[in-house]
Amino acid sequence: MISDYFSFALKNLKYRGLRSWLTMLGIFIGIAAVVSLISLGTGLQTAVTGQFSTLSVDTLTINNQGTGFGPPGSTSVVKLNNHDLKLVESNSGVKLAISRLIRIVSVEFNGVREFKYIGSVPENSEERKFVYDSLGVNVQEGRLLENGDYGKIVVGNDFTDENVFEKEIRVGTKLKINGKDYEVIGILEKGSSFTINSVVFMLDGDMKNLLDIGDEIDMIVAQVENKNDVEKVAKSLEEDFLKDRNLKVGEEDFAVQTPLQAISGVNNVLNIINLIVGGIAAISLLVGGIGIMNSMYTSVLERTGEIGIMKAVGAKNGDVLIIFLIESGLLGLVGGIIGAILGLGMAFGVASIAGAALGGIDLGVKISYPLLFGAISFSFFIGILSGVLPAMQAAKLNVVDALRS
Amino acid sequence: MSNVIELKNVAKYYEMGEEIVKALDKINIKIKKGDFVAIMGPSGSGKSTGMNLIGSLDYSTKGEIYLEGENIEDLTESELAQIRGKKIGFIFQSFNLIPTLTALENVMLPMTFQGVEKEERVEKAKKLLKLVELEDRINHYPNQLSGGQQQRVAIARSLANDPEIILADEPTGNLDTKTGEIVIEFLEKLNKENKTIIIITHDPDLAKNHANIIYWLKDGTIEKVTQKIKNSWKVINS
Repeated sequence: MISDYFSFALKNLKYRGLRSWLTMLGIFIGIAAVVSLISLGTGLQTAVTGQFSTLSVDTLTINNQGTGFGPPGSTSVVKLNNHDLKLVESNSGVKLAISRLIRIVSVEFNGVREFKYIGSVPENSEERKFVYDSLGVNVQEGRLLENGDYGKIVVGNDFTDENVFEKEIRVGTKLKINGKDYEVIGILEKGSSFTINSVVFMLDGDMKNLLDIGDEIDMIVAQVENKNDVEKVAKSLEEDFLKDRNLKVGEEDFAVQTPLQAISGVNNVLNIINLIVGGIAAISLLVGGIGIMNSMYTSVLERTGEIGIMKAVGAKNGDVLIIFLIESGLLGLVGGIIGAILGLGMAFGVASIAGAALGGIDLGVKISYPLLFGAISFSFFIGILSGVLPAMQAAKLNVVDALRS
Repeated sequence: MSNVIELKNVAKYYEMGEEIVKALDKINIKIKKGDFVAIMGPSGSGKSTGMNLIGSLDYSTKGEIYLEGENIEDLTESELAQIRGKKIGFIFQSFNLIPTLTALENVMLPMTFQGVEKEERVEKAKKLLKLVELEDRINHYPNQLSGGQQQRVAIARSLANDPEIILADEPTGNLDTKTGEIVIEFLEKLNKENKTIIIITHDPDLAKNHANIIYWLKDGTIEKVTQKIKNSWKVINS
């Protein structure tokens, strides 16, 4: 019986052709938005938090920052220096303070020139171990930089991509950095962060010589004594800096950042995007549902005579109700299936475009079957819900009146 | 012999605003198994209302209607639909086929609502379409069939659940004389197989040529009842 009612409903939807497709438009858009948003959202969240997962929870970073007075560029940036490093070290909550340099250099190999990040690695073996650990780096080939490895570098996994320098880079390969030759002694494993994947590591001293950096520091990384005190230490460091530089609150020309702050900042942005797209999806589904309801009411009016015939030849009120509910449910179901396919297509499309723009990082969009199943059943449910009132109207029609129309 | 349909002092009133319109009043009809009955009357005589009541499509305002001995007032709308689907086959003036279903599916429809298995339904519907000589049109949609063919599909549909009674409302009204006759011949053939046939018509010749009992309706009441006995019509009740 029910299978017959399905075939009735399908025939009716086919009969109405274009009108059925137009009715489903709202559902397409809504479900496509939900599916692409969620598929992309989790991928994006993983990718973004991945960038930060290389920072440990017990680590603070101190950067210099524009003061914010006057138009951008008019304020001079105060560089961090050894004095600041000592200031950080002297804070009682800090266990270890390390200076790091992060610059952009030209890397030349096989006649191809590329601009890459270069990061310094401390000379001191204890500090070096901390940097390696907190960044979570490991070699895929060769070894990491050790004491006295001057003239040597370790490179990120992206360097192995033949498309970059049109020739494979291996351990032993020599790269020209800002005109000087350096030997690659290690290649890092592929990580979740695209900065790590395309970085060049060099010992601190080597880097200072190469780039002619005197008493200058780009970033101070501080490990705290007790990881539960991260926020407290961050606060006290801010106070130390303000006092040392004779600044008032609000005039900071530096920034003390905890890893949590960094992640939560990004997550906030992601949440806002989710909220906006989710809102659009909800409105679209609501409009889609109303569209189905409207279409079903029209259908009941148009088919009043048919309803009369069905009742005359023995259809109970319940039969008529079910026939119309199945029809509206099918509108939701088909709309949901097509919307889900569109949504997945959109997610993969956006991921590949964004991935390419972010330097080959994988946004990790996966086909989530629970999500697809959930979205499709939800739209089926919307279809049925929108059909309840029209179907009840159809079921309650009086046979004689219906036959007369 | 027992009555398949009996109307006892039945009336049907409609409210039109403040006014009450008496569409039918004091109607007594007894239809026996195997009868070929015509309900005759000009337009406005209450024929259609009568057909709705005889066909258990509607409840009366007053009086009692018995379908094979059962008072239909005691049944809910859905129960009545089930019984009606099983016991009465309908043929309408405008054929009333469902446009989205093929001839075969239209004939299967009444069986679907009785929960008959699909295989049985298909087989039966094919047999019935063969009976009305449309075996080569089973997959045609109503709009691909002529009026006469559509009415024959409707006859096949009316027979789907082997009903005792075939109720035909102006079955030839939308057909030319020739195709109309073919349709009536089918009804006569069914009557010979002991089916009870009731036709509602405004055409006295049609009634006189085929029926054996005629109820003459006028202004909502039965003016007279005539019966054909040995090829002559006698008034049996007035």
